[in-house]
Amino acid sequence: MRGLKKLFTTGLIGSARRSRGVQRFMLITGLVLTAAFLLLAALAPILAPYGFAQLQDSHGYFGSQQPPSSAHLLGTTVGGMDVLSRVLWGSQTALLVIVFAVAMSIFAGVILGLLSGYFGGWLDRILVVVADAVFAFPSLLLAIALSIVISGGRSGLFSGILATASSITVVYIPQYFRVVRAETLRTKNEAFVESAKVLGASHTRIMFRHIFRNATRTLPLIMTLNASEAILTLAGLGFLGFGIDPTMGAEWGYDLNRSVADVSAGIWWTSVFPGVAIVLVVLGITLVGESLNDLADPRLRNRRAANLDELEVAQGGDSA
Amino acid sequence: MTSKPGEQVLSIENLQVAFATDAGTVNAVNGVSLEVRAGEVLAVVGESGSGKSVTARSVLRLLPSTAVTRGAIYLAGRDVLKLDREQLRQARGRDAAMVFQEPSLALNPVYTVGWQIIEGLRAHTPKGQRFDAKAARAKAIEILGKVGIPEPEVRIDYYPHQFSGGQKQRVVIACALVLEPKLILADEPTTALDVTVQAEILDLLRTARELTGAAIVLITHNMGVVADMADRVAVMYQGQLVEQAEVHELFANPKQQYTKRLLAAVPRIGQSAKPAFTADASVPPTVRAENLEVVYPGRFGRPGFKAVAGVNFEIHAGEVVGLVGESGSGKTTIGRAMVGLAKATGGSMKVLGFDVVGAKARQFKAVADQVGFVFQDPASSFNPLLTVGEAIAEPMLVHKVQASVAAARADIEALLAAVQLPVEYFDRYPHELSGGQRQRASLARALALKPKLVIADEPTSALDVSVQAKVLELFAKLQREFGFACLFITHDLAVVDQIAHRVLVMHRGELVEQGETRDVLTNPQQQYTKRLVQSSPIADPTLQRAKAAARH
Repeated sequence: MRGLKKLFTTGLIGSARRSRGVQRFMLITGLVLTAAFLLLAALAPILAPYGFAQLQDSHGYFGSQQPPSSAHLLGTTVGGMDVLSRVLWGSQTALLVIVFAVAMSIFAGVILGLLSGYFGGWLDRILVVVADAVFAFPSLLLAIALSIVISGGRSGLFSGILATASSITVVYIPQYFRVVRAETLRTKNEAFVESAKVLGASHTRIMFRHIFRNATRTLPLIMTLNASEAILTLAGLGFLGFGIDPTMGAEWGYDLNRSVADVSAGIWWTSVFPGVAIVLVVLGITLVGESLNDLADPRLRNRRAANLDELEVAQGGDSA
Repeated sequence: MTSKPGEQVLSIENLQVAFATDAGTVNAVNGVSLEVRAGEVLAVVGESGSGKSVTARSVLRLLPSTAVTRGAIYLAGRDVLKLDREQLRQARGRDAAMVFQEPSLALNPVYTVGWQIIEGLRAHTPKGQRFDAKAARAKAIEILGKVGIPEPEVRIDYYPHQFSGGQKQRVVIACALVLEPKLILADEPTTALDVTVQAEILDLLRTARELTGAAIVLITHNMGVVADMADRVAVMYQGQLVEQAEVHELFANPKQQYTKRLLAAVPRIGQSAKPAFTADASVPPTVRAENLEVVYPGRFGRPGFKAVAGVNFEIHAGEVVGLVGESGSGKTTIGRAMVGLAKATGGSMKVLGFDVVGAKARQFKAVADQVGFVFQDPASSFNPLLTVGEAIAEPMLVHKVQASVAAARADIEALLAAVQLPVEYFDRYPHELSGGQRQRASLARALALKPKLVIADEPTSALDVSVQAKVLELFAKLQREFGFACLFITHDLAVVDQIAHRVLVMHRGELVEQGETRDVLTNPQQQYTKRLVQSSPIADPTLQRAKAAARH
């Protein structure tokens, strides 16, 4: 609990307080966009006027490719679904995929990275080669292959989310693995780890009490950057038709795919809104990640300029 | 571009420097005024954080962008703080040059040393004049020869890694001298070097001054170096100039409280009065090494590196043994081999009856609760995420002496009191402590299980002299109280003299001399020990200069 509280206060709030100028603007913009995304995802069932797969209400069918009107604020898609509702519900799908993908890849990546970095030897060599091989793969291709293997191409909401998240997980494990392994290698040669060894502490104790938390300090930064990449991969999968079935869940990439033909016909509302949603969420999360990264690094952090006059006032203006 | 002796080269007037930090504006230098005349050596001394380096760096405006300066620095008659970019570029190297602390970082590893010396000449080719590569090369060879690099015409094309640490510092000095500046700023030029090399580099700086008539501003924390080199000394404390005097005057007759304290804290050989130690013959020695060998495996089929080659020694119960030597002598390796951090490969070394040669990491646990280890770097020897109390509790938890940190609290508070830290520090994090306080906490951790043997690896070398004096005093007191045997590893002979009953001298993996501390330090038998004792500077200008003269 103390760790969590500390992470929160020194991480986000501390960063916001310390930030200045452009960095502050970036961080605040990112935080606002991300907060809006989380809020919309949570409140989608209340905010969305219709269901994500709803085609008709008491007044009959919505109709295909209807322009924005009072009944459908953002118009309807080629499949006859309400664009606003699809965008809102889509945020929920995106959030679920992010949470699953990031949680799974962090868990696997951190454990493997710790073991690999701490013990070294043949285990380390094998894991590094595997991670490099995964790195060498085009990630979207790998995700497609995996989503076909896991779900046979297309599926319901939960299995679809799981399939997409797992394929993203596999692609991202090497990133966490690499970072945690490098940090572990660095930390394990620090005097305090040697000190624990001299005490006769067991490997497990050294790894989890002394190295683990020191090696995972940069993870929040990678997490935010990966979360935005996860959305892009999800959208890519959806766009290519390997995502979640439209009747099982709303997904922005799928909607974009279906609206390709509309663009040339002058029907802008089917593509613009899911597209903007993707851009804003990715932008928001990336901004948070980038500015956290800058603020965590004392060399990149902007500070208020030093002021000698202020010092003189503090000292009672004795130096003339 | 030699200048007349006595001519003013540098004049700093009421300099103030402040840095922007997370905690607001921090004042590093506050109203310092200094003057340096041609041909003189001004030593600026002070502890870390006193502002001495910042003062020197402001002369060439080598401060980070977060710094703000006020006042005036007249170099060659112009105010450096008011120069524009191009004027500043021209002034750097020509009016004043800098010699840095760490020679391996000051040289670019991907260029030859010749290229780096010529770089200065190239940068200062007058406008409109063609750069004469041949002449520059000839000049670089000449200067390399002058700084004492053998075969300069060949070695000018060598890369930095092909030189030893001392030679690298000679190259750095050559880079500084090649433009014949009127002022050389030397920022701790010998701190990263061994004492025997330090003596050579100081000699070189002295020769350079005689040859070019340049003034030298020597930034250092080592009073021995000051006694050796300086004409005049400026003492800084917390950003302010405390005292300024001619060197003999300052050492003989310090005016300010702070200067007196600083001088009193400097350890001197032959000053300590510790009771003689007689080993109890009925008790087996705590450590007995016979023909101990440590070989680090070589890579890619190359032969391994023999860090320790056939060393014999004993440490008796309750005895403090100093282990001295220069970097690479194998002294730290022996200490690390005792606890399994380095793998002993040959001979035998019995630590409390347990032979460490050929032992597996797991087996060390048998004696781990009877051995304490104090590390060199107070900054990294604590897990930054554990409180001081939790860190000291670790040994108790690992060996199941106590069930939890809370249960161990009373014991830990007693330990904190023993090392003279306030009990409130139990809940502090390591970064909230100063270096000296952390080293005390480190001692408390090493003593948590009342060990029979403590290995201290340069525990005070990262500390300022006044802090070092206090930590050493505390260490000696605890040793008497707890009665542990101790291997005290250090490169500083004066520290050994203060703390150790017996001393072992290591050189290139071999034990060249051992004996009672007083005997070895006052009457060394071996050639190497003689040179080591000879090179260690004494913080007394009269004695030190006589010694330096005798060296030639």
